[in-house]
Amino acid sequence: MAQPADTKKRGKARAPATKNAGLGGNQPGLTKDELLRGYRDMLLIRRFEEKAGQLYGMGLIGGFCHLYIGQEAVVVGMQMALGEGDQVITSYRDHGHMLATGMEARGVMAELTGRAGGYSHGKGGSMHMFSKEKNFFGGHGIVGAQVSLGTGLAFSNRYRGNDRVCVTYFGDGAANQGQVFESFNLASLMKLPCIYVIENNKYGMGTSVDRATASRDLSLNGAPWGMPGVQVDGMDVEAMHAAALAAVAHCRAGLGPYLLEVQTYRYRGHSMSDPGRYRSREEVQNMRSTRDCIEGARHKLESLGIEEAQFREIDDSVKRIVQDAADFAQTSPEPDVSELWTDILLEG
Amino acid sequence: MAMMTYLDAARAALAEEMRRDPTVWAVGEDLGRGGVFSQYRGLVEEFGPERISDAPISEAAILGAAVGAAMMGTRPVVEMRFSDFALCAVDELVNQAAKARYMFGGQTRVPLVVREPMGMWRSSAAQHSQSLEAWYAHIPGLVVVCPSTPADNKALLKAAIRSDDPVVYLEHKHLWPLEGEVPDGDHVLPFGQAAIVTPGSDLTIVSWSAQVHVCADAVATLARQGVKAELIDLRTLWPWDKETVLASAARTGRLLIVHEAVQAGGFGAEIAATAAEHITARIRRLGAPRAPIGYAPPLEDAVRVQAPAIVAAALGLVNGRQLG
Repeated sequence: MAQPADTKKRGKARAPATKNAGLGGNQPGLTKDELLRGYRDMLLIRRFEEKAGQLYGMGLIGGFCHLYIGQEAVVVGMQMALGEGDQVITSYRDHGHMLATGMEARGVMAELTGRAGGYSHGKGGSMHMFSKEKNFFGGHGIVGAQVSLGTGLAFSNRYRGNDRVCVTYFGDGAANQGQVFESFNLASLMKLPCIYVIENNKYGMGTSVDRATASRDLSLNGAPWGMPGVQVDGMDVEAMHAAALAAVAHCRAGLGPYLLEVQTYRYRGHSMSDPGRYRSREEVQNMRSTRDCIEGARHKLESLGIEEAQFREIDDSVKRIVQDAADFAQTSPEPDVSELWTDILLEG
Repeated sequence: MAMMTYLDAARAALAEEMRRDPTVWAVGEDLGRGGVFSQYRGLVEEFGPERISDAPISEAAILGAAVGAAMMGTRPVVEMRFSDFALCAVDELVNQAAKARYMFGGQTRVPLVVREPMGMWRSSAAQHSQSLEAWYAHIPGLVVVCPSTPADNKALLKAAIRSDDPVVYLEHKHLWPLEGEVPDGDHVLPFGQAAIVTPGSDLTIVSWSAQVHVCADAVATLARQGVKAELIDLRTLWPWDKETVLASAARTGRLLIVHEAVQAGGFGAEIAATAAEHITARIRRLGAPRAPIGYAPPLEDAVRVQAPAIVAAALGLVNGRQLG
């Protein structure tokens, strides 16, 4: 049994101590090149989401649209620790996750505008996209529903005898759903290679985590089943990456599931229709000005000798990708009505 | 009479019932800030957080706890935010709330209202748009209410809160801003009493919820073509007003049932079958195709039952053409 007696360690970039040495331990920070890549990936998500917000404001995107601005370091740090064939599944706040897995900005943006060129051919919208190629399993609209599905993705890895892991993301709000705890027990019992990532952005819609959750430490949520859990600074891509490496190593070694409670923050409303009256402007502004993940990475890169021209080059390339995606999303045709009868069980 | 929106009418009904009866309380996610559609706006200020109770995102626990609280004689109004989300608590509703009175030999009652905003609304896609009223109508022990106007939303929500049995209360999201006249005072409607929206003699159209308004447009078009359609708003699906529907259809000889929900297995089938068993009339149903609801507007529109389709179906019945 490799269940650690000490299931919990606090700390920014510190990986948990497990009984099995060499499964992670303290990881060094990212190299300059890795950090530069992380910076670029976070910036791409930020600019993409800003553009999506603009298109929503112009009426080109309808329905529900949940932006990821502020939380970029979480998916980027995690993705940098994953390998080919590892799976990702998440909720409806999914644009950043998709871009992090390498899904095309064009296809994501065109789905937001409901066009035939979107990943779901216009059928899914912001909340419901999928990429078999990138092992992104959606895009789920019912709070917490993806957690048991992710458990099953991990089950399949074990069943097939591969060493792949599944990263199952959910929010602090979803963390209170019953199937989350049912999944924790099941995954622990079966030692499934599942990394559960609670993106604690402090608010489940308009209800703060303090008002919705009796526990003050969600990283302990897997403790009854012996699931190791750590709290991670999700505003720091290096801390996120280090924690992710430890989690991945644990799961790949067949030691069962692993829980990361990531402390993060969304700058925008729950969705585009949320004016955010449940928190102060100062609170948001303070996070933006003191904890921003992209600014943090930039300062670190500056101290490593990256110059203004290189940042500008990255900015320009990201802007080009986002503009191209926005153009594509507005010129791709609307789905033909015949699409109603594709990928369906039986018509009638 | 006062002009009021569908949303405000429900808010007024809940507030009046809470003032009248201290055992009435509400629970659900985001109620403290007024509900996701503002349908609880101002209520926490008047009644406090004990009675307008915020809950974590835990539908199963919320509904199960409400069943227990109802068995103890309080009257919970449970907010599920979207009827789609209420599926997370179907066991608590179907296996527990609906069964307790009968299964325990009448020793307990479950005076519970489950509010489930339903229906298609501005490209909400497959998991936020469904109309599942037929599921609940199928379950013995549940009352199923689908109001279509502000006046009905007030009078029926009051009736639901006063009901000693569990009520699935399906408000249509598209109707929140709809304005209409609402009678002053303590106006309560009984369940199972349909409304004749427009009297007519050539055919009977039965509908409920937001689809009533689409039918009303179709009825106006038909009138311009000399066809007098009688439009009936069912208001409650269980119990449903068989007498009014069957009497009307027997008189007109033609019955068209229209709903937003998927046609296959929809509640229209129950009405059509009942009519076929009891009266002589030509019968037709219109509902959505059996497809999940797409996000893109052309796909969303493709599953809507729109006025031209209703007009065409009505003319088909009236003119006796072979039905497709």
